[in-house]
Amino acid sequence: MSEKKLAIIATKGTLDWGYPPFILASTASALGYEVEIFFTFYGLQLLKKKMDVSVSPLGNPGMPMPMAMDKWFPVLGTAIPGMQSMMTMMMKNKMKSKGVASLEELRELCVEAEVRIIACQMTVDLFDLDPKAFIDGVEFGGAALFFEFAGEADISLFM
Amino acid sequence: MADFDQELDASGLNCPLPILRAKKALAGMTAGQVLHIIATDPGAVKDFEAFAKQTGNELMESKEEGGKFVFLMKKN
Repeated sequence: MSEKKLAIIATKGTLDWGYPPFILASTASALGYEVEIFFTFYGLQLLKKKMDVSVSPLGNPGMPMPMAMDKWFPVLGTAIPGMQSMMTMMMKNKMKSKGVASLEELRELCVEAEVRIIACQMTVDLFDLDPKAFIDGVEFGGAALFFEFAGEADISLFM
Repeated sequence: MADFDQELDASGLNCPLPILRAKKALAGMTAGQVLHIIATDPGAVKDFEAFAKQTGNELMESKEEGGKFVFLMKKN
């Protein structure tokens, strides 16, 4: 079986949006794909050793909330201080109780499976991010580096 | 129930963990050996079929047993 290739661009740095790239990359690796993820803009948050990501009910009308709050709670109420951290904590607890892996665990599985991880050099500079804060094994590069791999990929996904 | 060489209890784990754990277990086995997998994630049924099809490992058995999903996967 010749090795298929999956290229992913990960642009979001929230708890919920962190899942698709790591789930698909780790699963594709298990299926024998060679995988590369290009992390850019807010997606770079997912590469920090100490991952600190949240999920927000603000501007997120599709997010189910406890006690059916999404049905009766005023939208502006989701902007109350502390709401985001409370929702993040509740989401993490729910995920744990349902046997959903943590982002850190899925990321570790990707690293183990030798998923190639590229951090967008331009965004790292733009946001003055510290490369030392990232997990080991991260490569730094630009759009051309992504296309070198994506040009040969069977599947390319933007997230 | 057919014989198996190794067992993986993926009960309580959700997508994609059962597949990833199975892949890891199979990596440590030799060709022809059989892995017995137990899962509670209903999505695992279709996922293990797809996993077998794409990796060439043989899904010898897939059934529901007392609310759990049980699989026998032969390493290729």
